[in-house]
Amino acid sequence: MENKTYRYGMFLILFLLTAVLVAVSLYVGSVRVPLEEIVSLLLKDGGDGVYKDIVMEIRFPRALAAAMLGGSLALSGYLLQAFFHNPIAGPFILGISSGAKLAVALVLVLSLKKALQPGFAGMIGAAFLGAMLSMGFVILMSKVVDKMSMLIVSGIMIGYICSAVTDFLVTFAEDEQIVNLHNWSMGSFSGLGWEHVAVIFLVVFPAFLGVFLMSKPISAYELGELYAQNLGLNIRKFRFWLVVLSSLLSACVTAFAGPVSFVGIAAPHLVRRLLGTARPILMIPACFLGGAVFCLLCDLLARTLLAPAELSISTVTAMFGAPAVIYILVQRKGKF
Amino acid sequence: MGEEFYFYTKTLSVGYHGVPLVENIEIGLKKGQILTLIGPNGAGKTTILQSIIRQLEPLKGAVFLDGKELGRISAGELARRISVVFTERIRPEMMSCRQVVETGRYPYTGRFGILSDRDHRVVRESMELVKVSEIAEEAFEKISDGQRQRVMLARALSQEPELIVLDEPTSFLDIRHKLEFLSVLQRLSREKGLSVVLSLHELDLAERISDRIACIRGDRIDRTGTPEEIFTPGYIRELYGIVAGDYDERTGTAELPKQEGAPQVFVIGGNGTGTPVYRRLQRQGIPFTTGILWENDLDYPAARLLAAEVVGERAFCRVRTEAIRRAKELMKGCREVICTLKAETGGDFYPELLELIEYARANCVFH
Repeated sequence: MENKTYRYGMFLILFLLTAVLVAVSLYVGSVRVPLEEIVSLLLKDGGDGVYKDIVMEIRFPRALAAAMLGGSLALSGYLLQAFFHNPIAGPFILGISSGAKLAVALVLVLSLKKALQPGFAGMIGAAFLGAMLSMGFVILMSKVVDKMSMLIVSGIMIGYICSAVTDFLVTFAEDEQIVNLHNWSMGSFSGLGWEHVAVIFLVVFPAFLGVFLMSKPISAYELGELYAQNLGLNIRKFRFWLVVLSSLLSACVTAFAGPVSFVGIAAPHLVRRLLGTARPILMIPACFLGGAVFCLLCDLLARTLLAPAELSISTVTAMFGAPAVIYILVQRKGKF
Repeated sequence: MGEEFYFYTKTLSVGYHGVPLVENIEIGLKKGQILTLIGPNGAGKTTILQSIIRQLEPLKGAVFLDGKELGRISAGELARRISVVFTERIRPEMMSCRQVVETGRYPYTGRFGILSDRDHRVVRESMELVKVSEIAEEAFEKISDGQRQRVMLARALSQEPELIVLDEPTSFLDIRHKLEFLSVLQRLSREKGLSVVLSLHELDLAERISDRIACIRGDRIDRTGTPEEIFTPGYIRELYGIVAGDYDERTGTAELPKQEGAPQVFVIGGNGTGTPVYRRLQRQGIPFTTGILWENDLDYPAARLLAAEVVGERAFCRVRTEAIRRAKELMKGCREVICTLKAETGGDFYPELLELIEYARANCVFH
């Protein structure tokens, strides 16, 4: 009870961090925009045309998209960890992002050939299908292998297969769009505008609500299937929704930003440490915020470290995320 | 099985993937009773327990709770009536013992699982009942196996069940906690009318705690009944197919196999002084004979299972001369006689035993 204030404090800090990082994202970049310009842009809707384009049309939507997609990844990872009772499960490591990537690449290449522009719904739909296929495969594997670590290995293998096929597609796709496709298949938040932000919000917000409504069943499921079922949980239905929501969340990310590594593992883990509890009702919103902070920070670094060139987002997230995984392994002394 | 039972099964067959493991199960218990399943490893105790909590679909037949078939009871209602403690090890992350116990309130809370004052009270009382209140705030992963098992019982109790199903709940407990654990179950069944179905490996404990026992053997329930009806001489050996050693139903003790070969030692024992010597000789691989023991002597059960031959006498009867003759004969064949009785001091000692001791002193290597 005494750490209730502490937990509220943590939520406040995560909120503030998100806001601060969005603000910093507006300011920092390869083009130097004076601070007073940004303030006047935000407050008075005025300002110089070029600055306005850079800040309001490029940096602002990109930051918001990074925040929402980061939150989605963290949440997706959290759900997968709950599903497999495995702390290093995540959409990237289990090959689910790569499955989505492959499906999206396929749709893009096919539609480029026919000079069509696939809509957002098509992109997300394809990503969702790809994610579900990978997920289905991982679930099948989980029935064959009984070791957590082996499950992760088979997920990584699925990821490699999907990436290889995607590379193949990208290499053989003709067109000037290849460059674009190539960037996307490496993972990047660049080029996301307001129309993307709107669509992302429309997908992610309901999904977030759905996950939040599942916080009670998730807490029962933590005890294992037998106890969860004895508590009255409908396991089949619960698992179905868990798979659908986590696939949808990671599919949305992949459709817009390509595969982004490690956020799904690192963010929930860091947030759990920070909160000092694993109660789903607190973890779910905190994970979302934590993922947002994590991705905003990584995107800032991706944009600025080698400016004006950009690093792929996965390069940066891996730099922070992979050590987090190693830390979890060491802490658990390899017990899986 | 009729209506007088609170919980019973009717021609129940259980198993996995349509393959029956145990068939035609008819067990039942009244409110406030304790029913124990015993039987060899792999006999299907856990499978039966999983089927009566609807974790597994029965292959045939049905389970009835309070006159209603289990399949007709909603998941939520069932959760408020039956709770479980299974051997499946749970690994909840960053949960205190209290939080684990709180999960038992799941069937009673709303959409977000927020606990009411009443929920908190039930959780507190459940923890007090099994004496885990003092570790309430400790991390569940950090406590000992014994404590963990008690926390799981508190969790099951906080579900406020009418029937509690436990799969080998005492397996990882030391003797103190085994007794404590079972006495809590006994108290709850007597005082609160809680019905209990459990499986046990410890036959001595099963005999003591159970109102009814069901023995699983092969593909069927071999016997059901009160402990008196179950533990008849020789039955446990038969039920478990014991080939090495034996089990004494009257005292609830097990002994390792007796040593084969020509007896080398004769033990004059009695009143419990012989048993440790019998066991030592068994460990050292020395075949022995012993006597004279009345059938109601404390040493008799162990002697019967361990000695090559026991010179026995019927309970409360005078020693017959043939017994003395036989004992002397056996002593002669041995290289050594061990006497564990302190006979010299007592004046009212059975003269036949004194005679044996004198004989041994005169004719054998005597200790």
